[in-house]
Amino acid sequence: MTPPALSRRELLKATGGLLVGFKLFEPVPRLLAQGLQGGTPLSNAGGLAADQLDSWLAIAPDGTVSVFTSKVDLGTGTGTALGQIVAEELDVAIANIRMEIGDTTRSVDQGRTSASRTLERAGPQMRQAAAAARQELLARASARLGTPADRLAVADGVVRVAADPAKSISYAALVGGQRFNTKVPASGEQWDLKVAPDVTPKHPKEYTVVGTSVPRFDLPQKFTGEFPYAHEVRVPGMLHGRVVRPPVVNSKPARVDETSIRGIPDMVKVVQEGSFVGVVAQTEWAAIRAARALKVTWSPPPGQFPAGPDAMYDYLRNTRGFTERVGVENGNVAAGLTGAARRFEATYRWPFQMHGMIAPSCAVADVQGDKATIWSGSQAPFITRNGVARLLGLRDENVHFIYREGSGCFGRLEPDDAPEDAALLSRAVGRPVRVQWMRDDEHGWEPKGPPQLITIRSGLDGQGRVTAWDYVERTLPWTDARLSPMLASRQTGIRPDENGLPIGGNDGTPYAFEHRKATLVAIPWMMNANPLRTANLRAPYGQGRCFASESQMDEMAAAASIDPVEFRLRYLAANTRAADVLRAAAERAGWQARRSPRAPGGTGTTAAGRGVAISGLAGTLVAQIADIDIDRSTGRIAVKKITVAHDCGIIVNPDGLRNQIEGNVIQSVSRSLMEEVGFDSAGVKSLDWTSYPIIRFRDIPDVDIVLIDRREMPPFGAGEASSIATAAASANAGFDALGGRLRQAPFTPERVLRALRAGAV
Amino acid sequence: MARVSLRVNGAARTVDVDPTTPLLYVLRNDLGLHGPKFGCGLGQCGACTVVMDGAAVRSCSLPVTAARNRAITTLEGLGTSARPHRLQRAFIAEQAAQCGMCMNGMLMTAAALLDRNPNPSVAQIKNALDGNLCRCASHLRVIRAIQRAARDQA
Ligand code: FES
Ligand code: FES
Repeated sequence: MTPPALSRRELLKATGGLLVGFKLFEPVPRLLAQGLQGGTPLSNAGGLAADQLDSWLAIAPDGTVSVFTSKVDLGTGTGTALGQIVAEELDVAIANIRMEIGDTTRSVDQGRTSASRTLERAGPQMRQAAAAARQELLARASARLGTPADRLAVADGVVRVAADPAKSISYAALVGGQRFNTKVPASGEQWDLKVAPDVTPKHPKEYTVVGTSVPRFDLPQKFTGEFPYAHEVRVPGMLHGRVVRPPVVNSKPARVDETSIRGIPDMVKVVQEGSFVGVVAQTEWAAIRAARALKVTWSPPPGQFPAGPDAMYDYLRNTRGFTERVGVENGNVAAGLTGAARRFEATYRWPFQMHGMIAPSCAVADVQGDKATIWSGSQAPFITRNGVARLLGLRDENVHFIYREGSGCFGRLEPDDAPEDAALLSRAVGRPVRVQWMRDDEHGWEPKGPPQLITIRSGLDGQGRVTAWDYVERTLPWTDARLSPMLASRQTGIRPDENGLPIGGNDGTPYAFEHRKATLVAIPWMMNANPLRTANLRAPYGQGRCFASESQMDEMAAAASIDPVEFRLRYLAANTRAADVLRAAAERAGWQARRSPRAPGGTGTTAAGRGVAISGLAGTLVAQIADIDIDRSTGRIAVKKITVAHDCGIIVNPDGLRNQIEGNVIQSVSRSLMEEVGFDSAGVKSLDWTSYPIIRFRDIPDVDIVLIDRREMPPFGAGEASSIATAAASANAGFDALGGRLRQAPFTPERVLRALRAGAV
Repeated sequence: MARVSLRVNGAARTVDVDPTTPLLYVLRNDLGLHGPKFGCGLGQCGACTVVMDGAAVRSCSLPVTAARNRAITTLEGLGTSARPHRLQRAFIAEQAAQCGMCMNGMLMTAAALLDRNPNPSVAQIKNALDGNLCRCASHLRVIRAIQRAARDQA
């Protein structure tokens, strides 16, 4: 956090040591009571009409095809992939495609961009819109050329009579610089929007652009400094703002001492609204200096966090859930456990983790009377627009949101806070204001991936068959997600829903067990503005779930003395795609059937291990094999190589997919080995890259990838799915090397040494 | 306020700023050079890297006055889309980024490295770039791109 006037220690002093006398944790009902009123979720409708071709495409006289979409490219290449889909369907050269992304006045609301669902959801929308445009253009060409449409052919945006190619007319000439003014059938909303379902698109066998490694549209400018990120937006008359947030949970500014920043040149204004405090200055450096120097006396916080990660797991264990959901159930787990020859019970812990955008949140707002314009990298242009409208008391359509890409965000900018900060500051000074969070603002206040406490009880019969699988996960809901109010809204009195968004999904395993149950318990969490607010983080809950489930599978395989790959395959008979990725990874890695651990009780300085895990996410299946070395004296794990087999249905852009997989896997190695948010009862302790280290070049593993392309299937979310199994595969490799189980992430040297001692034979 | 003369990308520039301003903000706001990025402001991530007198330095942690009369190169000075530097060409060829927010630091640090050592080993590349963070984890491609650029020059 931007150092406020009082450090934590000073705050303790100033409040007469009040914190010390606090209860460990404020009783949940009181915290929740604050959120009981209000909290009507935002509506999320708007944008252009989906049933107009002009809402999707425009063809300029020079033949350029502009493609309008509210599905934003978060630096993962989806803009290029959607462009490929349109180019393919329209038969225009990829070089003539211009993606126009994320402007609420120039696109249809296609819903938020998250969960790697862009190609699965928006892909068909764009494809059908393009197919409808092609059909319309062919009808026009047919009239102009006097030839039935089925005797016309299109290449590079030029329609020709198949039998007489000299007779031709271009798309540009057919459109004549005009709008299409063509209606297409459309129904449903956002992710479920269906566009022109009556038009038959190309058969995938005919694809020449989809399925090829078209270079990313955005990359050349990203290597020259010319790319227009949100952080580069500059508008005339723009001032610079910074936020000043409290060090602790939901404290209020009891006193703001403006004399503390006298002498800072170029200051414009200190802005306070409710608990929101910010500064505005002529220059960015003045705003930074002022935010640091401003003396704010914060009220004592109304509650405290658990005293640290261990206390947090106790809290998860001992607090009654507000929802308890059975995600999957078949057979009779109790009977299956009773009848087991061997029973297994283990508890797994996954910590609070950060998204950790390399460039912190940033937005520009220009509020003028009853209108506002916002520029930012939000994952949900329409939701952000409507949130700003609610905060300012404006009509939704009076707020114009313009997307500019930000830092790779992995879910962090689905709840995008900076636009609201900028809006409050802009309204207060009547000028456009740019706000960028400082590193400690971002680390301190980004909404974090919640911790998970997972217990699995399972059983084997005398032949090493799984008789029961009983999975119970206890975790926090997302307090800051989707349509909930952002920080500035909460600080100015807009209340969130009572409980936040409880968790979805189940245990994440692709296996068929005769007796299986997965229960998901959502534990209440603080809904007020606080630095341990929670939101979706890449492959939400997936890594922890896979770590637990695949560790448990591995443990049973070892106990039954069955090869870990073979053991898994026994439960994948009904899931051939999962079995295929598992076999593909094993083959690629040269897997040799054997029991694990490989060399229990070895004595060399380095112990080598190899582990496997598989995962599924929204139709995409991934298997991973981790090869690791462990230094027995220090407990340090070096992940040497991850072999990945990946099946996401049809592949739109193979190199783009590889790029995503490499990134997801390496980021997951980082999350597995070293990432855990430090906090104590008063606040977050991980406020920079030293206190929250992420992977560096020296620790980068090789990533060896096998892509399975299923041309007959639709595209499923790609990339993100490959972040899930890395931790589990690495933990299983740890067992293979040590003979001891890693049950708590991240796998720090201390935890590895503990496992080594526990597992030593 | 203080007038400070700088040499940026071969041109003489004079700015009138609070002398405590870090070089990064002067480059980005006063000179309109958006290659260097704000990542941490703490010297921990490398996003703000520029080359000063041949060495990669962190402009977020360098008061503008310390850059007086030194030769500063930013990403814009390395090359443009129209006339890319061989490193930029190599990064495009390897498609070596995702969000790209860290890429200024990767490219400028690599440029300083190749100037010193035209043929770095993988270990030397990793070592030179170890202080540059990339959250999207484009590391493997960055290494390949730098190797490609080195070959290009050879
Ligand atoms: S911004 Fe300078 S090192 Fe991070
Ligand atoms: S490419 Fe996104 S931080 Fe490096």
